[in-house]
Amino acid sequence: MARRLPPVDVVLVGFGWTASIIAQELTDAGVQVLALERGAWRDTVPDFATDHIQDELRYAVRKQIFESPERETMTFRNNTSQTALPMRHLGSFLPAAGVGGAGVHWNGQCWRFLPQDFVIRTHTEQRYGKGFIPADMNLQDWGVTYEELEPHYDRFEYLCGVSGQAGNVGGQLVAGGNPFEGARARGYPLPPLERCASTVLFDKAAREVGFKPFPCPAANASRPYRNPLGVQMGQCTYCGYCEWFGCGNYSKASPQTTILPVLLKKDNFRFKTHCAVTRVNTDNTGKRATGVTYVDVDGNEWEQPAQMVVLCAFAHHNVHLLLVSKIGQPYDPVSNTGVVGRNYAYQITSSVDVFQKERLNPFMGAGALGQAVDEFNGDNFDHGPQGFVGGGYIALWNTGGRPILQHYLPEKAPKWGAGWKKAMHENYLTACSIATHGSVMSYRSSYLDLDPTWRDAYGNPLLRLTFDFQPNELKMSGFLTDKAAQIGRAIPGATVHEKKRGGPYSIVPYQTTHNTGGAVMGNDPKTSVVNRYLQSWDVPNLWVMGSSVFPQNAGYNPTGTVGALTYWSAAAMKRYLKNPGPLVTT
Amino acid sequence: MSAARLFGFGCLLALLAVCAACSHDRDEAAPSTVKLGERMSPGPWGQISRGRYLVRAGDCAACHTAEGGAPFAGDRAIPTPFGTIYSSNITPDPDTGIGRWTDEDFYRAMHEGIDREGDHLYPAFPYPWYTRLSRDDVLAIKAYLDTLTPVRQAHRPDELPWPLDQRGVMAVWNGMYFDAGTFQPDPKRSPQWNRGAYLVKGLGHCGACHSDKNFAGATDKDDPLTGGFAENAFAPSLAGGTRDGLGSWPEQDIVQYLGTGRNGRTSAAGPMAEVVEDSTQYLSKPDLQAIAVYLKSLPARKDSAVASVDKDTLDRGAALYVDNCEGCHLKQGQGEPGAFPPLRQSSAVQAKSADTLINVILNGSRIPRTAAEPTGLAMQGFADHLDDAQIADLTTYIRNAWGNRGEAVDAGHVEDLRKSLRQSPGG
Amino acid sequence: MNHDPARRDFLRLVGVAVPASMLLCACGGHDTGSAARGVRSTAYFESGEMDFIRAATARLIPEDALGPGADKAGVPAFIDLQLAGPYGRAERWYMQGPWPSGTDSQGYQLRYTPAQIYRQAIAGIDKHCRAKYQQSFAGLKTDQQDEVLHALEGGKVDLGDLPSKTFFNLLWQNTQEGFLADPAYGGNRDFAGWKLIGFPGPRYNYVREIGEYGKPYGQPYVSLIGRVPGEALTHAGGAA
Repeated sequence: MARRLPPVDVVLVGFGWTASIIAQELTDAGVQVLALERGAWRDTVPDFATDHIQDELRYAVRKQIFESPERETMTFRNNTSQTALPMRHLGSFLPAAGVGGAGVHWNGQCWRFLPQDFVIRTHTEQRYGKGFIPADMNLQDWGVTYEELEPHYDRFEYLCGVSGQAGNVGGQLVAGGNPFEGARARGYPLPPLERCASTVLFDKAAREVGFKPFPCPAANASRPYRNPLGVQMGQCTYCGYCEWFGCGNYSKASPQTTILPVLLKKDNFRFKTHCAVTRVNTDNTGKRATGVTYVDVDGNEWEQPAQMVVLCAFAHHNVHLLLVSKIGQPYDPVSNTGVVGRNYAYQITSSVDVFQKERLNPFMGAGALGQAVDEFNGDNFDHGPQGFVGGGYIALWNTGGRPILQHYLPEKAPKWGAGWKKAMHENYLTACSIATHGSVMSYRSSYLDLDPTWRDAYGNPLLRLTFDFQPNELKMSGFLTDKAAQIGRAIPGATVHEKKRGGPYSIVPYQTTHNTGGAVMGNDPKTSVVNRYLQSWDVPNLWVMGSSVFPQNAGYNPTGTVGALTYWSAAAMKRYLKNPGPLVTT
Repeated sequence: MSAARLFGFGCLLALLAVCAACSHDRDEAAPSTVKLGERMSPGPWGQISRGRYLVRAGDCAACHTAEGGAPFAGDRAIPTPFGTIYSSNITPDPDTGIGRWTDEDFYRAMHEGIDREGDHLYPAFPYPWYTRLSRDDVLAIKAYLDTLTPVRQAHRPDELPWPLDQRGVMAVWNGMYFDAGTFQPDPKRSPQWNRGAYLVKGLGHCGACHSDKNFAGATDKDDPLTGGFAENAFAPSLAGGTRDGLGSWPEQDIVQYLGTGRNGRTSAAGPMAEVVEDSTQYLSKPDLQAIAVYLKSLPARKDSAVASVDKDTLDRGAALYVDNCEGCHLKQGQGEPGAFPPLRQSSAVQAKSADTLINVILNGSRIPRTAAEPTGLAMQGFADHLDDAQIADLTTYIRNAWGNRGEAVDAGHVEDLRKSLRQSPGG
Repeated sequence: MNHDPARRDFLRLVGVAVPASMLLCACGGHDTGSAARGVRSTAYFESGEMDFIRAATARLIPEDALGPGADKAGVPAFIDLQLAGPYGRAERWYMQGPWPSGTDSQGYQLRYTPAQIYRQAIAGIDKHCRAKYQQSFAGLKTDQQDEVLHALEGGKVDLGDLPSKTFFNLLWQNTQEGFLADPAYGGNRDFAGWKLIGFPGPRYNYVREIGEYGKPYGQPYVSLIGRVPGEALTHAGGAA
């Protein structure tokens, strides 16, 4: 039986990016906030210190910086005809555990979504007609517009010290930036990162083909930076250990490097680590959350009463908590009714490896050091002749040249033996890879529910993921890959290896940790879990943060949009605190 | 109970030397603030807030708060060359704190280094500096301390060898090294200079660390601030030398350093980081400026000759610097403005003793977290990464690269420091 | 005792348990001496298993004109240490039954830990080799060894309920790790792997160099435990 603790005003489940922002905003508004984190406390020194963080084996290969599936994992199948089986070790995506969440180990690729992305159904129907959308595609508008989110994107970018080149300030196009981006109120807080040899090659080639390349927005500080909270960041040193590592140099934006120094000093904020939340509790009406139940590191169960509960965990875990807490109607794929677990989506990536002669020194890199073209993202091009919905960017990222996982070998190189050795010797310093990063729409057949067989260490059923790439996505990704190859071939002396993504989706090779949906936002409670302010339709004192609210996935890395939505929701929470109740009535 | 009566009552108590059984002037069950009005002279709030400011200026919390302990409840281990002393409880708890102390008791402790029972205090309690405080300031401090929540925390016996464990010995010490006496302004100097001198030589007790100590742990009565050892670190010279003192620092740099923990030249490390965090960041701009004016008036010590270092040592040190330090402090030791402190032309790096530098390399350091600079950028320690000889080479290199000059360090000294750091109560 | 940059400290930090008695061999390849003194020279493998690992990894990454192969680079010792630690025990994996088999896209579904996979596979391979060539794998000629490795890779060797392809992929993955991971882990000895490809090690600041397109990077190779890990390891062994 859980022991009951004294109540708090607000309890946050998880202590990563979204929890840190919510905590900072709500403590400013004067309420008591408690964050419960299942992982450990972590800080730049000692945890990410440069005397040991540049260890590819420990962090990237053995995955010590991520959640450990040993205690809680999920089961997976491509479709309902299969039996879902446990993901026994991490592969396709890498959720975090520990303070800072995935904000510790991300690359810092900090994008805004396109204005059309937020109104994709309306926009697609208007431009291409209703019949253009496949029948099984659950395409939805978000309920919030780019214009509404713009100030919140701005806040997140200035919090993080994003380095980049604006392409559209107040409707005026700016040379060198992304000409397709939505209008922004002002430029980025910092100039773009330095270019490295391979991004220069990409830039030239892309221009030659006729595209408009631009430096990718990077939450890696190109200069020393002081954010609006007064927290300082050091200048990125291009050490090449961003993604899957913590930054030892205070250069990559994370909760630790942007918010926590200020937040942790506040008397009305507390956090606890090694506390795994296992339930959101509701009263007997089911319409009001009374707090959460969590299990501490010794296995003791505690009940933490709260006036308001905010789910700030990774997308899967937010949905899992809603399902095991029996909040909201679970999704039924047969009737396409119910909402919790509905519209799980992902992203589809592919690459084009480029082999040429110039020395590139790939180990000089940064997580968000890249040059991209956006001609084929969102609806920046005419989809009519292509017959698919969605798109993505094409970029050459040089995140680093870590030897075990970041080397590219020609298609015909032997897999092992003397030939492999020779290929490694000849290509490591000169090969590079162009990435495509494409959207995935939501479908009736892609969803999350509870597994009937396997359980986690707390006795809860595991989350079950049913997902596959659909023909629309495979077609779109193939199209993007061809465009990427076109750029690759324009690099002087290059031979290219097009690595198109084929089906079925596999949970084994790493692709991206951009899992979305399952608790989506929207204007209709029949097709969304939370309203446009991320407030639960069913339980108005429960809120859901993060990419679990994306109705489908766009063609960009999600963190910038997650940050903007969090600030947007925090502003709504402040209104709610003054006058608790549903912010949208149905 | 009036203040006068309270005073008389206190005297009586002192005379009788009765403690526990006696009635006293406060109701233990009531919150400490209830009786404030009775204990304070006119205008208590003004006096209390001034006292609070002075308590911060004196950094009383640093010694009188144990790690993780209640503020001002004492019990912090103070390592001295003679043994470990435990700080006392200065909350108004009647039995274990200063709840029964009269203003006069308190003034005598601050001014003469004698406690309420008439015993001599050890000069780990910096009464040789506090003696210079005005009576008004001392009573303001008392007024503030009286507002604290009483905490029951008995004084832990000090760990001192005979005969130092006999407090009477301190009478002899006082006779040799201590003159009680309130600060006397120098009429030839500006009021600002005098305010600075009062803060530095009095409440700030800067000389407790920054002045050299003799075998008996006493500093020169002139308080020359030419550098001294403190808690396994070396507090660099605050006198006028351009290499290892403040000679090249404009006043503004001193103000910025004390107010924020860092400036373009360096950042506070070791014990000074705590001093900035707990004390100097709270000082008013005029007081910081006064301190700067006073410090800038101190004469430079004669720059002692530094033996040149052999090339092999410098080469080994340079390689270690490239592998371990250059990423942040950069090729020319210039640091990264706004983030990581420079090592080039740093007075702390070139100080008479390298102990602070060695300490930072061994254990790492964190720039103080202040209201102005909340980040607390930190450096990891290299104690597990580098051996004694490597740290010696590296330290010697940093002290002699890019135009720096400082005495070389040998591995044996690093080994000693490593040992004493391991044994030190805080380490 | 002087305070050496102990590799043992490093390995403890990363959760690898190293018997003190075998530090010397893990780092320097001087196992003959310790074996002669009756000291166990591996952390996980039995001696016959180690013979297989040395022979097999030497074929996967052979020594040639481009430099040392896996054996000289310390890959066998690396794998041995990894299997003795949390990785070998699959400590971070979800290991709850039931254990049905699934599709390739569902990933690994066997109940074996990496350490168990090696034990079962090596026994099976040696059995296969004795039946086919009347020799253990280590005793075969190199072209025969390659033949066996190709058969494993193609899933054509019977290893009971363990697909030989699964073992081959694991062995090849671990061999690459041992060749290319930081020398602090016992492989990549004398930076053999990094010298082959031109990776300088965990250098930390390229602000000046990143814009010098096409220019070789000038600093010497470095590991998380310094420039000459071989020496550091010897010290660590001596200190033990």
